[in-house]
Amino acid sequence: MAARTFTINDQLISAREGETILQAAREHGISIPTLCHLDGVSSVGACRLCLVEIEGSRVLRPACVTPVVEEMIVRTDTERLREYRRMIIELLFAERNHVCAVCVANGHCELQDLAIAVGMDHVRFDYAFPRCDVDISHPLFGIDHNRCVLCTRCVRVCDEVEGVHTWDVAGRGADARVITDMRQPWGEARSCTSCGKCVLACPTGAIFRRGATVGEMERDRHKIAYIVAAREQRW
Amino acid sequence: MAAPRAQPPVSEQTPHPSGDNRFKLLEATMKKHQYRPDALIEVLHRAQELFGYLSTDLLLYIAHSLHLPPSRVYGVATFYHFFSLAPKGEHSCVVCLGTACYVRGAAAILAAAEQTLGVRAGHTTPDGRLSLETARCLGACGIAPTVVFDGTVTGHQTPEQVQVWLERLREKDL
Amino acid sequence: MDISELLAIAEHENALRRPIGIRCCTALGCQSAGALSLKQRLEEAVAEVDRTDIEVIGVGCMGLCGHGPLVQVDPHGVLYEHVRAADAPSIVAALDGGEATAPQGDPQHPFFTLQKRIVLENSGMIDPERIESYIAAGGYQALYHVLHDMTPAEVIDVVTRSGLRGRGGAGYPTGLKWATVAKSHGDRKYVVCNADEGDPGAFMDRSIIESDPHKVLEGMAIAAYAVGADQGYVYVRAEYPLAIQRLQRAIAQARRLGLLGAQIFDAGFTFRVDIRVGAGAFVCGEETALMASIEGRRGQPRPRPPYPAESGLWGRPTLINNVETFANIPPIIRNGAEWFAAIGAETSKGTKVFALTGKIRHTGLIEVPMGVTLRQIVEDMGGGVPEGRVKAVQTGGPSGGCIPAALLDTPVDYESLQRVGSIMGSGGMVVMDDATNMVDVAHFYMEFCKDESCGKCIPCRAGTAQMLHMLDLIRSGQATAADLAQLEQLCLMVKETSLCGLGQSAPNPVLSTMKYFREEYEALVRGERSEVRGQR
Ligand SMILES: Cc1cc2nc3c(=O)[nH]c(=O)nc-3n(C[C@H](O)[C@H](O)[C@H](O)COP(=O)(O)O)c2cc1C
Ligand code: SF4
Ligand code: SF4
Ligand code: SF4
Ligand code: FES
Ligand code: FES
Ligand code: FES
Repeated sequence: MAARTFTINDQLISAREGETILQAAREHGISIPTLCHLDGVSSVGACRLCLVEIEGSRVLRPACVTPVVEEMIVRTDTERLREYRRMIIELLFAERNHVCAVCVANGHCELQDLAIAVGMDHVRFDYAFPRCDVDISHPLFGIDHNRCVLCTRCVRVCDEVEGVHTWDVAGRGADARVITDMRQPWGEARSCTSCGKCVLACPTGAIFRRGATVGEMERDRHKIAYIVAAREQRW
Repeated sequence: MAAPRAQPPVSEQTPHPSGDNRFKLLEATMKKHQYRPDALIEVLHRAQELFGYLSTDLLLYIAHSLHLPPSRVYGVATFYHFFSLAPKGEHSCVVCLGTACYVRGAAAILAAAEQTLGVRAGHTTPDGRLSLETARCLGACGIAPTVVFDGTVTGHQTPEQVQVWLERLREKDL
Repeated sequence: MDISELLAIAEHENALRRPIGIRCCTALGCQSAGALSLKQRLEEAVAEVDRTDIEVIGVGCMGLCGHGPLVQVDPHGVLYEHVRAADAPSIVAALDGGEATAPQGDPQHPFFTLQKRIVLENSGMIDPERIESYIAAGGYQALYHVLHDMTPAEVIDVVTRSGLRGRGGAGYPTGLKWATVAKSHGDRKYVVCNADEGDPGAFMDRSIIESDPHKVLEGMAIAAYAVGADQGYVYVRAEYPLAIQRLQRAIAQARRLGLLGAQIFDAGFTFRVDIRVGAGAFVCGEETALMASIEGRRGQPRPRPPYPAESGLWGRPTLINNVETFANIPPIIRNGAEWFAAIGAETSKGTKVFALTGKIRHTGLIEVPMGVTLRQIVEDMGGGVPEGRVKAVQTGGPSGGCIPAALLDTPVDYESLQRVGSIMGSGGMVVMDDATNMVDVAHFYMEFCKDESCGKCIPCRAGTAQMLHMLDLIRSGQATAADLAQLEQLCLMVKETSLCGLGQSAPNPVLSTMKYFREEYEALVRGERSEVRGQR
């Protein structure tokens, strides 16, 4: 496979052909914030946290879906990007009701980690305080829509890895919600095999394992990628 | 996309298709599209045309027939505002709130309609007689402001004219 | 079908023409004002006087929709406005020296004389429900010429040299797009006509399809030949039932005559066209969302690249152009690239169709050469504002901006409009008078964008909701100067980070009104509901 050399933040980097900027950066220990990206499932470029500047390009590009091009010059950490990322995280906090102190994922939440990483000390926007449901009809798992960031990782993992497509998104815009089957309670969604992959995939405390108490929801999100890799080797 | 493993057996949840002619017509549409999943929106259009709205049972029936996961069908049906998951009123009044109509006073028309009917836009009167709806441009901007009464586009409307029409409806004149 | 048959149809059709033609507009605007019963009465009135030298023809939009129903009588071109069915006998009687009871319009008004009709050349002239009528106007000859005398590369070359740019909003060079699709490899290719026309306040594409559907089909067929596609789709919004019906009829007629389908003009070229009806989502006008919708999925955009030209419908190379773009193609082939390139402005060739609406005397549809000024359109053609003065002109709909009256001398071309903070857009042009509060206008568009955001990406989904909230605060006098600054920052962020054009342009109406009408924002922040009357 042909190699590509390019620059990230003044550091010369070599990557394999077809690799995304995000993959190449991570292999070289350069971190780029992500939220909708999950190793092992397809990328959708939706959260916009991984946007980077590319010299000569008028627009910002999502690192998770942009392939590396020979000699491209990438910046991942400019003032502008830092400010935009912070605003995006603030928008998420203002959009739904994230009360971290009483969240099962407290301490193991990607949204929390991101807030710290982008240096969010307060939220400049007014909170919307929407009314959101909590569904604990499933015997093993629950979903708390107050904490959903609509990253669709659950949708993709259930469709692409487990192969049943229990989840999808209903409605649109600010009214969008993830749903199971015919928007029925999760416990009544017949397509669900209770495999638990969506629980692993969810970046926040939105999807949780029942019975876990505050701060207990540790999860190994790399497991999804392991499963996919293992399966590919077997086939 | 992978096919769903566990599909709810359709017979349990849907009204038995045979006997209702509308199901035959819907079936014909799906057959015309060879039950292809990508015909979903065409099929939903046809279903709404036949049944007036898309009930959960109907959506399940369609999901089953096109071999689509139920959540995908539900997701599509709720993405497009043209599809309605609840029954509509016998009559309809659609007030255009597109730019041209807005600039020519559509807001006052909607307010008058809401006041006369006592329901908000997007709702049906409690007696099920009429649904009050809004649209974002009907392409009849040249005759703005426009209102659609039972499918008929009318232009150059005033709040008074709309009130008169709604009053007539209330007096069961239509 | 070969060329002699085509010409025979044209000849036969022309032979049917009577010396006196009463053209009655049956497009949506006039239909809504009673044109169908009027047309029937006209036919009856002609039968009553027993004159075989008169015919009544249902035609497409004549342009002055706000004054409909319109009737025009050939060969003298007498124009009647606001015609009621009861006026019909008197219009027929007027041919014998009687007096018509309907008001007469002025065909020599600048509204008509400043137009240059290329796309609309047949609108209001031919019967859109009969393919023979289009053929008699020279229709499908360009397609024949292309299939028999030109290679695909030559077709693309003509389109490239004509300087035609996409009329759907972005103004991408059409020839370049065609060349990319032609070069892309795929076992199959598609041609898609974007007739979603979601801009609320625009109806050019609806009118073109209702008035001259075959022109669009012919343009699509020529494109298909040029890029190597065999299947086409027209994606029409569900709000346009009359356009859908006329297009269905047109496709069926063209198929019957062998002008669509297999072996068109016996040239070994196959092209089929199907209609896909939208279902009420503005974002489906965005090309990747539109393709998702054709594939039966939620109409959510995806990141580009890959562009549809490389990987479109079902992963295959796909050409997507706007209705008006396709409608320009047959005239370009017929008259040549140089003819087209000589019309219009330096970087914007040809004409543009605008839907002129809002607070203006003559609302309707006009086609003008690129480069005319907004003032010519608004004041000369449109006759200005009925009461008060022009305050601003909005172009580009929810993606565009408000241009203040002081800049009315701006020429309409892609670059000039962009320079003043708006865009050409698809052709909506809404005139606002001095009773309009510009913060309300910004709020109106933001509400639209929030409602239409697909919800996929965070900046647009949460950002439009937040911007709308901030505009609410401003309008209710609860905002501070710091909030204004924050709104501006948020606008820039949403513009630069959103996934698709909807989010990227949603802040434009706010930014442009803040730029030109900042005092109205500041007045509200100071707690004054400024002197202008609000809309609500
Ligand atoms: C939110 C959004 C809505 C759009 N709506 C339309 C539309 O209604 N009609 C259209 O032709 N193009 C629309 N476009 C532009 C299309 O994505 C695309 O650029 C266009 O159809 C290409 O055709 P053209 O090159 O002939 O202009 C829209 C774009 C965006 C981002
Ligand atoms: S538990 Fe498994 S099957 Fe059930 S919704 Fe989650 S990923 Fe899908
Ligand atoms: S439930 Fe979790 S994984 Fe699913 S969309 Fe919401 S935040 Fe993402
Ligand atoms: S910008 Fe808006 S419409 Fe476009 S993808 Fe993002 S959320 Fe959807
Ligand atoms: S991680 Fe790239 S856009 Fe979300
Ligand atoms: S804005 Fe109402 S019809 Fe176009
Ligand atoms: S609709 Fe009749 S003139 Fe436009």
